[in-house]
Amino acid sequence: MGGRSLFEKVWDDHVVVPETPDTPAVFYIDLHIIHEVTTPQAFNMLRENGLQVRRPDLVLATMDHSTPTVPVSDLGAGLDAVSDPEPAAQIRQMIENCEEFGIELHGFGSAQRGIVHVIGPEIGATQPGKTIVCGDSHSSTHGAFGAMGFGIGTSEVGHVLATQCLLQRKPKSMAVNITGKLQPGVAAKDIILALIGKIGVDGGTGHVIEYRGETIRELGMEQRMTICNMTIEAGARAGMIAPDDKTIEFLRGRPQAPQGADWDAAVERWLALASDPDASFDREVDLDVSELEPQVTYGTNPGMVVPISQAIPDDTGNISFRKAIDYMQVEPAQPMLGTKVDVVFVGSCTNSRMSDLRSVARILDQQKVADSVRMLIVPGSQAVKDKAEAEGLDRIFTAAGAEWREAGCSMCLGMNSDKLGKGELCVSTSNRNFEGRQGPGGRTVLASPETAAASAIAGVIADPRTLLQ
Amino acid sequence: MEKLTQLTSPTTVLAIADVDTDQIIPARFLTTTTREGIGKALFADWRYDKQGNPIADFPLNQPGAGERSILVAGRNFGCGSSREHAPWALVDFGIRAVISSQIADIFRNNSLKNGLVPVVVNEDIHNWLLENPGAEVTVDVESTELRLPNGESVGFEIDRFARHCILEGIDQTGFLMQNVDAIGEFEANRAWQP
Repeated sequence: MGGRSLFEKVWDDHVVVPETPDTPAVFYIDLHIIHEVTTPQAFNMLRENGLQVRRPDLVLATMDHSTPTVPVSDLGAGLDAVSDPEPAAQIRQMIENCEEFGIELHGFGSAQRGIVHVIGPEIGATQPGKTIVCGDSHSSTHGAFGAMGFGIGTSEVGHVLATQCLLQRKPKSMAVNITGKLQPGVAAKDIILALIGKIGVDGGTGHVIEYRGETIRELGMEQRMTICNMTIEAGARAGMIAPDDKTIEFLRGRPQAPQGADWDAAVERWLALASDPDASFDREVDLDVSELEPQVTYGTNPGMVVPISQAIPDDTGNISFRKAIDYMQVEPAQPMLGTKVDVVFVGSCTNSRMSDLRSVARILDQQKVADSVRMLIVPGSQAVKDKAEAEGLDRIFTAAGAEWREAGCSMCLGMNSDKLGKGELCVSTSNRNFEGRQGPGGRTVLASPETAAASAIAGVIADPRTLLQ
Repeated sequence: MEKLTQLTSPTTVLAIADVDTDQIIPARFLTTTTREGIGKALFADWRYDKQGNPIADFPLNQPGAGERSILVAGRNFGCGSSREHAPWALVDFGIRAVISSQIADIFRNNSLKNGLVPVVVNEDIHNWLLENPGAEVTVDVESTELRLPNGESVGFEIDRFARHCILEGIDQTGFLMQNVDAIGEFEANRAWQP
C-alpha cells in the first residue's frame, strides 16, 4: 500500500460507516460553524421532525452575513434603525434558534463575534486534522490549518445539527505545487487569483486540493488562509495545507486550543498529518510565482484575471466572455490599469485579518484616498478590530479618508446595508466578482489589499509596486 | 420532496457558461427564514428590469417557459456560493432537471436533496442541446438515461443513494438517523476528542 496524503489521513479518521456502491459514507464532523443566513430552514426541519442538536458543544455560532457594520445599540429599535426589516428578522431568529437548541451564540456585544471563517482560527476552534463545515462555501479557509473544511447547503446543516454527520462520497485529490519567491508588492491573493486563472473556475471540481511547496511554507497562516479561502472559486471541494511550526505557533494558547499534556499530544498528532513522501494524487499542477505580478480580475468570475501590467484578452467570439465584458464595461485588449474606481472595499473572509490591514495601513499612511473614491475598511472580527485599534491602524485609515467599520461580511455579498450602486466600480479584496455580487449593477474587480490601497489613493486601478519604490 | 421517476419536457436553454448561484438567486433574497415563494426571485437580476417588469428575451420569460421542467445551461452551472436557496428557487419555479457539461459540486449536492436532477452530458450532446432550445427530451431517473428527440439514449451518472431518495421521494435525514448507534460508538471510541 502506498503512502497516504494529508487529505486521506483526515478522511480516514472520520469515516463512521464506510461507503458502499449503494450508500455514501457516514462522515463525522468535528466543528460545525453556523450563521444566520443558511440555518433558519434547518432549525425548522429539526422542529418539524422533533429532533435535537446532537452536539451543541461542537457548534460555533455567530452572525456575520446580514449584520450591519455600523454599531447596533440594542436588538430592538437600535437594530431596526441600521438594518432593513428582513435581515433584522433573520438576526432575531438566529438568537431565538440558538437559545431554543442550547447553542452558545457569539452575537452582538461578544468579543468573539466576527466572520465565521475569521473567528474559527482566532479562538483556536479550527485545528489540524478536524473536519469543519459551515453553510458557506468559503469554509475551505480552515484547510490552511490542515483541517478539511468545506461548504454545505441548508439540508446538510440540518443533518449535522441532528447527527453530527454528513453523507459523503470520497472526493479525488489534487496537488498544487507552488515554487518561487514572491516579489515585493505581490501577495497571497495574487497567487490564488493566478492559480484560478490557470486552472479555471471549474478546474478543481470533484477534488480536494493540497497546496504544497516552498512558497507555501514561507507564507504566514493568514496568507495561507487567503489561499485556501478561494479554493472554492476553482470549484474544488476543499483546499488543505500540511500543519508545520507556523500552524503550531499560531494555535498555541488560543482559548479553544488544547492545553497542557493535551497540547503536546495534539501537536504530535498534528505534525504526523503531512502527506507521506510516497502519497499519490489524482492530479498535479505546478505554479512558479517568482515572476508573478499583482493580479486583477476584469470579468464576472474569478478566473477572468490578468497580471496588472497586461491587457485583458480578446475572446469576443465567446458569448459568455462578451456578456462579462459588456457588464464590466471594459474593452478587450486593453489593460485594467488606470480604470476609474468609485469604491474600494477592504474586508471579507479572504482579506480582513491583521496582516491585511497592516499592509493597507503601510500604503495609506500619510496619504489621502482620492476625493472621487469611497473606501470602506471592515475588520473580519471584533478581535481584529480591537487589535487594529490598539495598533493605531484605524487612525491611519480615517486620517486617509477611509471609513472604519464594525466586523462583518459587509460589501462582499450585498445582503446587508453595504452595497454598491448601479454601475459603480469597486476594487475589492473579497472573493467573488459575479454580476451584482456587491449590489445590483455593481462592478467588482478582485485584487490584493495592496492593490486595493494603491488604487484608493490613485482613484484608478494602480500597481502597488510603484508605491514601494 | 416529490417522487420523480422520469420527466419529459421541452427544454429551456440558458447558453451562458459559469452561471453562479448569485445569479440563480441574488443574496438580497437570502434574508428569508422560510422557502415559501422563493421561485419569484429565481434569476431576479436577469429576469426583471429595474422596474420589476419581465425582460422579454430572457429564456425563462419566453412563452411556455413556466411549464417546462428541464433547463439546459452552459458549462459549470451553479458555481459559487453554497446557498441551497438556488435549487429551492429552481424547483419552486418548476425546474426538476438541469443538463450541462459540468455542474458545480455543492450545487449538485444541494440539488439532489431537493429532487432536482443534475444531468452531466458530453460536449457534443451539450452543444446540440444548447443549439436546439425547446427540444423535447426525457430525463429517466429510473434507468439513469437522457433520451433525445432522435431516439438516442445516453446514460448519466447519479449517486445511487441519491437516486433512490429521488425515486422514493424521501429525504436523507432518515438514513442518517438510522445510524445513530454507529455514530455514538464512533464518538466513544475515538483516539482523540474534538
